[in-house]
Amino acid sequence: MPRIICIGILFTLLSACGNGRGLPQADLDAAYPAESGGVMIDAMSGEPSGLIPMIAGESAASAIASRIFNSLLKYDRNLELEGELAQSWEISKDQKTITFRLKPELKWADGTPLTSADVLFTWQLVTDDKTRTPYGADYKLAIKAETPDALTFRVSYAQPYAPALDSWSGLQILPKHLLEGQDINTTAFARKPVGSHYYQLEEWKEGERISLVRNPNATQGPPRIDRLVSRFIPDPASQFLELMADNIDVMNLNPVQYARIVPARPEMNKKIALYKELGNGYTYLGFNLKHKPFDDVRVRQAINYAIDKQELIDGVLLGLGEPVASPYKPGTRWVNPQLEPYPYDPATARQLLREAGFEDHDGDGILDRDGKPLAFEILTNQNKQREMSAVLIQRRLKEIGIDVKIRVLEWASFLGRYIKTGDFDVVVLGWSLSLDPDQYSIWHSSQTKPGQFNFINYNNPQVDRLLEKGRLELNPDKRMKIYHEFSRILLADSPIVYLYEGYGLPAIHKRVRGIDNPAPPAGIGYNSQDWYIPTPLRRAEISAQ
Amino acid sequence: MTRYLLKRLFWMVPLLVGISLVSFLIMHLAPGDITTTEAGFNPKASEESRQKLRQLYHLDEPVLVQYGYWLKRMATLDFGTSFATHQRPVFLEKKDEQGNVSKGLIQEALPVTLLINVLSLGLIVVAALPLGVASALYQNRPPDRAITVFVFVGFAVPGFWLALMLMYWLGVVNSWLPISGLHSLNYEKMGLLAQWVDSAKHLAIPVFISALGGLAGISLFVKNGMLDVLHQDYITTARAKGLPENIVVYRHALRNAMLPLITLLGLSIPGLIGGSVIAESLFAIPGMGKLFYDAVMMRDFPVIMGILTIGAALTLIGNLLADIAYAWADPRVRRGVLH
Repeated sequence: MPRIICIGILFTLLSACGNGRGLPQADLDAAYPAESGGVMIDAMSGEPSGLIPMIAGESAASAIASRIFNSLLKYDRNLELEGELAQSWEISKDQKTITFRLKPELKWADGTPLTSADVLFTWQLVTDDKTRTPYGADYKLAIKAETPDALTFRVSYAQPYAPALDSWSGLQILPKHLLEGQDINTTAFARKPVGSHYYQLEEWKEGERISLVRNPNATQGPPRIDRLVSRFIPDPASQFLELMADNIDVMNLNPVQYARIVPARPEMNKKIALYKELGNGYTYLGFNLKHKPFDDVRVRQAINYAIDKQELIDGVLLGLGEPVASPYKPGTRWVNPQLEPYPYDPATARQLLREAGFEDHDGDGILDRDGKPLAFEILTNQNKQREMSAVLIQRRLKEIGIDVKIRVLEWASFLGRYIKTGDFDVVVLGWSLSLDPDQYSIWHSSQTKPGQFNFINYNNPQVDRLLEKGRLELNPDKRMKIYHEFSRILLADSPIVYLYEGYGLPAIHKRVRGIDNPAPPAGIGYNSQDWYIPTPLRRAEISAQ
Repeated sequence: MTRYLLKRLFWMVPLLVGISLVSFLIMHLAPGDITTTEAGFNPKASEESRQKLRQLYHLDEPVLVQYGYWLKRMATLDFGTSFATHQRPVFLEKKDEQGNVSKGLIQEALPVTLLINVLSLGLIVVAALPLGVASALYQNRPPDRAITVFVFVGFAVPGFWLALMLMYWLGVVNSWLPISGLHSLNYEKMGLLAQWVDSAKHLAIPVFISALGGLAGISLFVKNGMLDVLHQDYITTARAKGLPENIVVYRHALRNAMLPLITLLGLSIPGLIGGSVIAESLFAIPGMGKLFYDAVMMRDFPVIMGILTIGAALTLIGNLLADIAYAWADPRVRRGVLH
């Protein structure tokens, strides 16, 4: 008898699970007019540690915080700066002072007016030595900041600093009236922030999700979608299953999911739209220029010629990437259009190595010079794409007589034990970049101390001069020329081999409309406030709430 | 007895200090610290700012000095605050002057992991007992063979693969069970019964997966225990008395066969606070495994030390309880004649 009851309960449970979900029976391909409302659910692989952007450095935190807080400036769809909180900004004749004029009648989500005092307060916070932020350096260059009136914020630099405008697009303004007198490092504000942007925090269920709801006082006008829910799902495979089951609307795919799995499944194609946007970063092979033989430009160029970049893009990214010839995002003005990546040309590579004195004297298939074989180790961190790239490179270099070993390391050990100490030959790594073209910290010869970013020890006085000049020049056209020249020298010098720039591959349920396709230079997210979900396509159980 | 107990309790202190010292040193052997992982490769983050962070966290001082700071805090049972997560408390919640409560990391993760482990241990015992008994009764006959193959396949199958298959089959193809997470989005708006059903549905696959791997060991243990007991004289006596076979098996044999099993389960108590990183990542469950793994990857020293210390303390307490039980049973142990 008890057994029958058990089975009865089991059946009730199973049948209870079956209903309630599933696609609404509306046409996903029909056109619908824009309207407000609805809930969009996305998946994040990590949970933010807090929502004060200057303190929580990780990408999960900035993804959420950028929907809650405004900056003075922002980048538009073509990656040009425009005002966000600022109505206008003005650069003084000597290029040392920037005056921002705020838009009138700005308010925080709680209704308090947002004024230049808040901007000044945020600047003071980020430059305060007690604030536990790694991002203070840009703002400390400002020697004076003042607020002549409630709508004006003026900041002065000791000498012209071209990346300043970009830095002000990155500083999210915090409310003085809620944070004054508190310890920014420990304040409870990090878990219940009040901002001024499109959304405000509705609920944070630790370990599970964050939900945002529309901010009635949004400084940039109301967004269309009512609620954004971000679920924390660490595993990409689980995220993908949730996308298939229609429990989330947005996730970032990997190339295999994008190019193979989704197209092969008609039921997914029916409801999921795929997008493609260039990320702002590239993968490269970098030489330790202090180690022989990488101090010889011919060896570096030879290796550059010997690597087939298209093979890497096809093999590692399944074609979802672009070759690059300068350290900037393709499609922006900073890319020098005359530059081409080194072609795959093993004959030239062999020729260059012979000129550098490398020949196979002992007939073992490996080139050597002064009795020492041309052999080195490629280090990379636990990143599947970088590991696969290293393997393909290893084979191509073997073909021209270079013996390569590969070592894969955990990230913190990789940085702490090898990069910081300079104890490496060759690395496969990636740089993600800010939108400002200044790359002083990566290439200038003064930035080679342990822990600094020119860890490959690149030292070229010509490049140093250009980098210094570029920082002082605020005129975009003149700056562009400087950085075009910089990229040209960098490519010829080949201190790193540009491998590829991969695409970001967001998959979004077709119920979400208003997304630009193909993606503009800024990516699809630039107008997410205009995305909308037509009523017939909304999820039943959530819209009923 | 009291003297023995006091002596044991006293010896736990140096043992715990020793364990924590060794853990602290090993943890610092790994290269890198929170400043390399948190903003280590962002060109916007300058080395000076990172040096400043290192000073704030005392990471620039010798390891033994850092251990001293930690020990001083621990003396007042203060587990400290995490480096990585906006200085959230490691163990228990703290209240600030405004009455804002910030929850402790372990405080949040531990109940989730405990719940899953206790349920899975329960499921293992419930399933292993009948399987083990059946194996013993039908030794070397088809039912025994089938059970052995089943439990070993369960043991050998990679958990993450089976989990993904079940998530796909039960969650995507059939929408019977949720795929990941602990609660549905509208959990708060449900009635109490619906909340229970919702939690049960979310826990079903994780608990099943975690139990399947442990089934082989326990069921074989039961089987061997049963076989030993079934060949004892008193079972023959019971049969000779003319008792029905099921009373012989279940009342006389099984109870005795279970004694070693109870010891085994007792030993697994410290393991209850450990979670599986892979399972927790797959099912998006915010438990101890993921907390510890992330802390190690981030070099979040206070969290690592907090979890290790609690684990060590629980293990020592588990051992103490076992020893006390022996001492209670055997006077030679408590007089120190035997060890």
